[in-house]
Amino acid sequence: MDTMTDPLTDTTRLDLAELTLREVNRTLHEMTSGEVVVTNPRGAHSVAAGLTAPLLVTIAGHCGYYAAGMNQLADVVVEGTAGVGVAENMMSGSVRVRGNASQSAGATAHGGLLVVEGDAAARCGISMKGVDIVVGGSVGHLSAFMAQAGRLVVRGDAGEALGDSIYEARLYVRGTVASLGADCVEKPMRSEHLAELAGLLEAAGFTDDDPASYSRFGSARGLYHFHADNAY
Amino acid sequence: MCGIVGLHLRDPALFPRLGELLSGMLGEMEERGADSAGVAVYGDPRWSPPGHASVSVLDAGMRPDVLAETLTAETGSEVAVVPLGSTYVVHAPMAVEALLAAVRAAAPEALVAGFGDDLTVLKGVGRPRDLAEGWGLAHAQGWQGVGHTRMATESAVTPAGAHPYAVGPDQCLVHNGSFANHATIRRELRARGVVFDSENDTEVGALYVAQALADGLDVEAALKGLCAEFDGFYTLLVSNRTSFAVVRDAIACKPAVVAETDDWVAMASEYRALAGLPGIDGAHLFEPEPERIYAWTR
Repeated sequence: MDTMTDPLTDTTRLDLAELTLREVNRTLHEMTSGEVVVTNPRGAHSVAAGLTAPLLVTIAGHCGYYAAGMNQLADVVVEGTAGVGVAENMMSGSVRVRGNASQSAGATAHGGLLVVEGDAAARCGISMKGVDIVVGGSVGHLSAFMAQAGRLVVRGDAGEALGDSIYEARLYVRGTVASLGADCVEKPMRSEHLAELAGLLEAAGFTDDDPASYSRFGSARGLYHFHADNAY
Repeated sequence: MCGIVGLHLRDPALFPRLGELLSGMLGEMEERGADSAGVAVYGDPRWSPPGHASVSVLDAGMRPDVLAETLTAETGSEVAVVPLGSTYVVHAPMAVEALLAAVRAAAPEALVAGFGDDLTVLKGVGRPRDLAEGWGLAHAQGWQGVGHTRMATESAVTPAGAHPYAVGPDQCLVHNGSFANHATIRRELRARGVVFDSENDTEVGALYVAQALADGLDVEAALKGLCAEFDGFYTLLVSNRTSFAVVRDAIACKPAVVAETDDWVAMASEYRALAGLPGIDGAHLFEPEPERIYAWTR
């Protein structure tokens, strides 16, 4: 297969203009360590999906759907925008998007860290199950919808119905929240939350932010039990 | 799924490349729907010459030369018929309403795919790349183009079920999604005398917008009305000869991405349809917000 490894940096280069997506992902799946640069993604779907080893993967350009989906252990950087469902169902490792992310970023993800340096569109962190998500800009409507565990940090604003039908995730927002979804309420920022948020911001590289400038949101736990009055 | 592409050119230097760029965009969306496809081109001088009205006709039921002779004899004007795949593009130096009436009289069973002063609509059943090649789309020119690749859900795979729906003069609408209450709105429009060519849900949306524009509303007001009355999922691209507008429903689960530069505005279901556009690396890329109307005019 036409892959190229630079002997000086030990970086493997995989060019999607030359290789098929299947060849690129197969090569990534066979590697157990190392650094890889994937060039010319041009919006292709599922780039670097299903990784299970501690690779350092840079995708040099804009990605399509499900980039770095199901990630385990790898650290993936998208040097552009990401399409629907970036890092969906991530288990561990990290995914960083330098540009904006489309809808459903980090959907159902169980672990790891997803950083979106730009904005994330609708349903960011939908059904998140333990992942940490830090968004440099704003998130769209219905973000953290049915979130079950994990933390979502939004440095900008949140769209309509933030945290709709949320279970136990913790949401931190610095800007405005257009509206809260069913059973999502604002909660006090206690010292453990300030410490937790500071740690998340540091991990994501946003060390200039003052954690005290954020608000915290979470579940009122009113939907855990059936009540006729829960008809929203 | 269905795929939408649209390109609104600002830089006249790019007008000769409209068809080439639109072909590339349409081909990239083939995987989203490959049972049928269609395009609308604004301003191609061969298909819709300046000063001519133009009518796009499907399934005319006669040879193009016979249709041309019939229409020329009937109207007293020199009428040209250009066969492009299964579509005939009819053009003549006359008012569009008169040419449209003559076409309907000469070929009453034919499907009118679009009409206007600058608009050519081509649609058919088959794979989008094959259809675009058959139309010679890559050689088309103009200032604006719209395309659609269809994965049929709401009505049969026929030319009448393919997008774009160009039901008003120089107007055009393509849709990814489905309207849940289209039967109800179709009944209401039929009661007002509106005639439908298909059972397709999108045709209801297109005729709703055309009716609103005919009632004197502008594009933005027409689309606000659509958002209020139509249930379901939709990303819509709505164009006329001067405007190019995008709107999504309140849930906004159907994808859309917009790219904008000084030279052009483009919209597609997925980024990869935009990846080949000149200057895309410096474009402002964003995802339209729900129920917000984005419109650009020339």
